[in-house]
Parts: sequence; structure tokens; C-alpha cells
Amino acid sequence: MTLDPTIAAFRFGYGLPVPQGAGAEPEAMLRALRGPDTVRARWPIVGMAEVLPLADAIRRLKTRAKEDAAALPLVAVAEADIEAMADAARRATLARAIDNPDSLRERLTAFWADHFTTVPRQRVEATLPYALVEDAIRPNLTGNFADLLTAVTLHPAMLTYLDQTQSVGPNSATGLRKGEGLNENLARELIELHTLGVGAGYQQDDVRQMAELLTGLGYNVRTGMFFDPKRAEPGAEVVLGQSYAGDGLTPIRAVLRDLSLRPETAAHIARKLAVHFVSDAPDAGLVAALEAAWTTSGGNLDQVYEALLRHPAAWAHEADKARQPFEFMVAALRALGITGADIGALSAKQMKRQLMWGLRDMGQVMKEARGPDGWAEAAEAWITPQGLAARISWAMQAPSLLMANLPEPLAMARAALGSRAGERLLWAVARAESLREGVGLVLASAEFNRR
Amino acid sequence: MERDGSMERDKGLNRRLFLRGAALLGCSAAAHPLMTTVTLAGSDGGQPLGDQRLIVVILRGAMDGLDVVRPVGDAEYAGYRPTLLAGPPGLDLDGYFALHPALGGLMPLWSAGELAFVHATSTPYRDKRSHFDGQNLLEAGTGLDVPAGSVKDGWLNRLLQVTPGVQVETAYAVGQEAVPLLAGPAAVRNWAPETELVLSPQAELLLEHIYHDDPLFQAAATEAIELTSEERGVAAGGMAADGAADGGVRLKSVAALADFAAARLRADTRIAAFSLSGWDTHRVQAGIIGKSLAKLETVILQMRDSLGPEVWGKTTLMAMTEFGRTARENGSGGTDHGTAGAMVLAGGAIRGGRVYGEWPGLGAGDLFEERDLRPTSDVRQWAAWAMRGLYGMERGVLEGVVFPGLQMGPDPRLIRV
Repeated sequence: MTLDPTIAAFRFGYGLPVPQGAGAEPEAMLRALRGPDTVRARWPIVGMAEVLPLADAIRRLKTRAKEDAAALPLVAVAEADIEAMADAARRATLARAIDNPDSLRERLTAFWADHFTTVPRQRVEATLPYALVEDAIRPNLTGNFADLLTAVTLHPAMLTYLDQTQSVGPNSATGLRKGEGLNENLARELIELHTLGVGAGYQQDDVRQMAELLTGLGYNVRTGMFFDPKRAEPGAEVVLGQSYAGDGLTPIRAVLRDLSLRPETAAHIARKLAVHFVSDAPDAGLVAALEAAWTTSGGNLDQVYEALLRHPAAWAHEADKARQPFEFMVAALRALGITGADIGALSAKQMKRQLMWGLRDMGQVMKEARGPDGWAEAAEAWITPQGLAARISWAMQAPSLLMANLPEPLAMARAALGSRAGERLLWAVARAESLREGVGLVLASAEFNRR
Repeated sequence: MERDGSMERDKGLNRRLFLRGAALLGCSAAAHPLMTTVTLAGSDGGQPLGDQRLIVVILRGAMDGLDVVRPVGDAEYAGYRPTLLAGPPGLDLDGYFALHPALGGLMPLWSAGELAFVHATSTPYRDKRSHFDGQNLLEAGTGLDVPAGSVKDGWLNRLLQVTPGVQVETAYAVGQEAVPLLAGPAAVRNWAPETELVLSPQAELLLEHIYHDDPLFQAAATEAIELTSEERGVAAGGMAADGAADGGVRLKSVAALADFAAARLRADTRIAAFSLSGWDTHRVQAGIIGKSLAKLETVILQMRDSLGPEVWGKTTLMAMTEFGRTARENGSGGTDHGTAGAMVLAGGAIRGGRVYGEWPGLGAGDLFEERDLRPTSDVRQWAAWAMRGLYGMERGVLEGVVFPGLQMGPDPRLIRV
């Protein structure tokens, strides 16, 4: 089987030209993925260890400000620190995607960050989705899905976003004293989105039992994630026919492990991976191969990725998907020769106007998906009149605002499109009135936007 | 930034671009989910929702219904709001309620029976008073019987889902901000009139060339070029209302939004939705709400003017908010998150000139949790009766699918027949 390096870069990476040292064959890609996660040191992003002390300081300052108005400016300063952390995290996320020769690691990280979508709802939460990636997703990227699922479910970002902190066992000590009750949000999404999938054979009662099982779990800025037995519903719970009893996190860890090994979970995520990486209507054999790798390995993600990379359908030439806006932007920056260091050096204004507003107009504000089900996959969801107008405008204008000397468009077309640089496109690029429009045409082309 | 002076742009070019697209798509064109309005016009004369237009405006931030539609006939009212009532007096509506002076431009509509309000109404949301949850419930159209967030489509999308023959252009979500009210499995169009797509004629020709073989890109680009050139035509022709001295630019942009929506509604679109923010008036409410009301007034008047008398006569605009605000003003000249609020209705299709809803009173024992206006109706009831009046929707469908679990109650006869 001859594998086209252009397909490798578009389908499993962030496009051409690939950073130095990148592999285009499954062996090389898997070797890099199994090696150390090197970009984290070069482009650090905060985890809860950094976020928590600052969030707690804000809480204390706000309490103080109620009695002493002189503390109010300090709240604003601390909140600005949170925003600075979030800005650094956005830049680092872009820089890692642009620079990491192990691009598959970045694409997989983005896949799981979307699968486990969290969205900040207040200023103080702005860094939580990034911390989720650092603390829970990247360290568990190639291990067992059960470990990934557990790390994510117990992470403050998820506990906050899906309201677990508000859920109290109605018959627990706290529940009886305060008259508080269940919030099923996390329990429902755990089953419906994170594991079994919509339409799998679970009942409302399973969701309710799951919610009771999760009570006690929560997050606050003093302690981080906590398990408070006074909030936990007493007694055993039955989820999908299996009884879970015991104290503390033990039954919660057990149910997460069991959910991760359910055949419905294997089928759901196998299909989702194939849809995300390969096609909106994926080859049935490819999905079956991923599902089989999942089942025989007990949900070992490394094995599942290997099955994906080694399947012939994963290397089909049809490109029926659209790059999502973040992926489009990273690929465009790569094609322009803009590096991670350049992103780090952008002024706040350029970062906002050229990159963040660009993503917003294309329909994908970073870490602000509309709901816990994350971003849409279908090309039709992105290549709308509005979405495409924003891509064309960005392609025509942003490059010359980001760099002094634009690349020569024909050379850029060949370098960025590889085997996809067709005659029709090259003909048009050669006839552009200006460098700016030539570059814009390449980046706006269907060949560049599809994968 | 480049300006190519293409207000007099070559319409022929656009026409050529999409005609070629239609030819390329051949007989599958009608089935393509993203075919343009223009391409489908003429090929399908049937209107799944008939002639009536529905515009839903989400007022994000919790509009203070008690300041907008002032219960000056209630003995308690003035005592709750010394600062807020210090400015110019409200305009008498029916002897009991008075309209906030910033909506004075709507008084002719009131007299003509084309403006109405619902008072003391709210979603089923209680106690927690979070914007995020409140808007979520308002747009999902659910009650408290299902967990928050478990219903992921909006109620206006479910109306489309149960209407046979709906086309993608039947409904439009307008503006940069997402409109979850219209999100869901039924395909709808989205467009923000402020989108700029300034292309040189050569770049436009070359784009046409490179999208030639990709129907999805070609259809989207064609429509984008059509819509943006239409926008520039509007801006050049000065159809957008000039704003007052302050906030003029903002007023212009909401007028452009109303203009854009009106243009679609004059053609094949029957439902439009968008949101207006700026209602979270915790401080110096008098200044802030005046600007937000000026925007709402501009939207309504511009909509009426752009739709023209005939279409305006078949139009219902409903503006609703996630919850109301406290009965008493707070210490900083504002109000805090409350419960019941008001809904604004406008259009030639409504039975206007009245304030709907049962008035609960503002006395000590009348307030909800001793602080908020007590809800006497569910906002979903009014929306449901409007859809029943406009589109003849079955009550069972409205109570079972569009607003699952809702009891519509007696018919308030909102819509003229």
C-alpha cells in the first residue's frame, strides 16, 4: 500500500508543510505518539495546580470587598490574571498545533477535548477547559479509555460545567437538612455523550441511578474536586443492571470502568473517531475495525488509533469533510510559514482581531461550543454562506495583517496542497491581481478547506 | 482595509455564478440542502407555513417589565422605585399601565392596535435567577419536568420539525449571536448582516472558477456574495434609519438587522429570530434601559417600514426575556434578577392595543418570595397560542412536541382572525 503523505497531513495532522521531523507513515506517526509529550514544556498551559490558588484568591477578595470597598480593584487585578492565563493558553494551543511534528497528538487532543466539551460560564472559569486538557486528556491520550473517562469526570472543569456541584442526594444528610436534590446533568451526559451514546439501550432510571451514584462529588475553589459523604445518597445504586455500593469514589470509579467497557461505548466512539478523522459517512469496515480493536483491547486507545491508521479506508482519496475553523486557521498559519513563536509574539490586538474574531466569524470561538455535545462534524454545518464568507474574508485579509512579506502564491499552493494542487486552482492563483488575493484564493479554495 | 466601490456591483456576474451552479447540480438541485433561495424560487410555489410571518426576539439579560410597562395604577408601584420614576413620566396606555417614554415612538402602533404587551409572565424557571439557565429554558421551551439541558433543540426549531414541506430558507436566524431557539435538526439559515465580503471583481471571478467543481462551496459562496452585495445596496440607499445623537451606530446596525430580516420575510422566509442584549440593568437603569428600548423600538419600526403594509399586516413579532427583575429598585439605581416580566407583541396580525395577562398586584403578600412580580402565566402559553392562531397548529402538537408538558389554558385570542 502506497500512502500519500498529503492525505496523512490533511487527515491526521494540521496540514502541509509538516513541521520538521514529522512522519507520514503509520509507523512513524505511532512511534511519535507513543513517545514523550514534548511540546508541553515548550508551550506550557495551566492546570488546576495553577488555576486553583488564583480562583481561591478571587473568592477571598470578593468576600473581603463586601465589607471593604478598597478590595474591589484587587478583584479586577486577579480576574485580569485569569484572563492572561486564558490568553496564554489560547496562544499555546495554537502554537502546539502549528509546531508539533507529532501532529496526530494535537488532533487527538482536540478530538477528546471536543468529545468531553466544557465551556466557561464566568470569567473566573475561563481557564478550566484548558486545565481539563492538561490535567486529564493529554496524560491519558494513549492509555485506556477508562482512565481518560475517570480523569475527565473527576475534573473541576467537568464537575462545574455539568452542574455536578449542585447535585445532592435527596436522602443524604445535606439533602434532608437543606431540602436539596439531584441534578442529573453530568449523569445524563456521561451516558448519552461520553460513553454509550444517544439511543443506546439505557432508561431514564439508569440516568437517575447514575445521578444518585455521583452525589457527593463536587468542586469548589478552596479544595478543588471533593467527595463529601454528607451529600452522597445513601445505599446502593443500580446502573444498567449492575449494582454499585460502597463509600467514597470507589463505586464511581467502578461504574466509569464498566461504562467504558460496554459494547455500546465501543461502537459509539469507534464511529465518532471514523467520522471525525475520515468521513462524515465512514466506511463500515473501518468502523468495524476500530470497534474490534476497542473490544479486544478493553478500550486501549493506542490500539484503536493503530487500527485507524492501518486501515485502507483511512487513506481513501475522497475528501468529503471540511476542516473546522480552528483546524483551517492552524493549517493556514502553517502554509503561510507563521510559527508558534510568531503567535506568542502577536500583540493583544492582533491576537484578538486577526485570530479570535476570525474564528468567531467562522463559527468556532475557542472553547465555546454551544452545548456539551461539542462542535458539528458535517461539512454542511461549516460551509454555509456565513461560514464560507468569513473564511474567504479572513483568507483575503488576515495574512497581510499578520506578516510583512506574503509568500509567493503558486509556491505556497504547491507546498500547502501537495498532491491536491490541481490545474484549475493553479490556473486561477496565477491570475490573481495581487499577492494578497493569490494567497487568499489558495486558503479559500475547496482543496484547502476540505480533507 | 480595501474598499472596491462595488455598490453598483455587477448583478449579472452573481446571476451567472449561480446559474452555472444550478446547471452543474442538475436534477439533484432541489434536494441539495444548501441550495439558495433564489435557485429554489419558482420551482416550488407552495408555502408550508402559509402567509403569516413570525419574528421572535430574545431580549438577553432580563428586561425589567415593571419599568417598560409601568403599573402606575398599582398603589405600591411608585414607592418601590423612587429613582427610576424620577425621569419623564410614562405614556398612558390604558389608564392603569403606562409605557416607558423611550418607547414613545411606538404609540401610533398602540393606537392602531398593532402593539400589545403581556404582563406578569415568565418561563417555569424559579428561584435561581441565572441568565444562562433562564435563557436555556426560554429557548428550549421546556418545563421543570425535564432536567435542564437535556432538550437540545429550540422550540422554534421544533415548530419547523412538525411542519411538512419546510425549506431551509423558511426560517432565518439573524445576527452574529447564536440563536438556540432556532437550533435543532430542522435546517435553518443563518446570516449576520454585518458580515463583510469585499472582493475585487477579479477575485470574485477567480473564486467562481475555483469553486466550479464543488457544489457545496459554490452554493455557499454564491449566496454569500448575493447577500453581501444586497447589504451594500441597502447601506448605500440609506434605507437604514439614522440613529439619534447617542448610540447612532448601534441603532443603525439593529436597523440593518431588521431590514435584512424583513427582506427575507418579504420573500420565502416565514420565521425569523434574533436577539438583542443590554437588559441586565443592575446599576443606573434609567440610562441603560433607555438605550436598549431605543434599539427595540428601532427594530419594530424598521421592520414595519421594510415589510410594507401588506406583509406587516400578516406579521407577529414577539419579544421575550428570560425573567423579570425585582419589584424594588436596589441601592445603585438599578434592579436585580427577579421572576415575572413582560412580553412585547407587535405586528398587524395581532389583536393589539391591550395589556394581556392577569395582574397579580404588588402588595406585600402579592410578591413572589416577597421580592419579585409573581408570574400569572407561562411565556410558552402565549407563544403557543400565537402559533395556533398563525399556523393552525394542533393543540396536541403544541402541548406535546413544541412545548412538551405545557398546559395552554384558555385561548387569549392574541391573533386576529
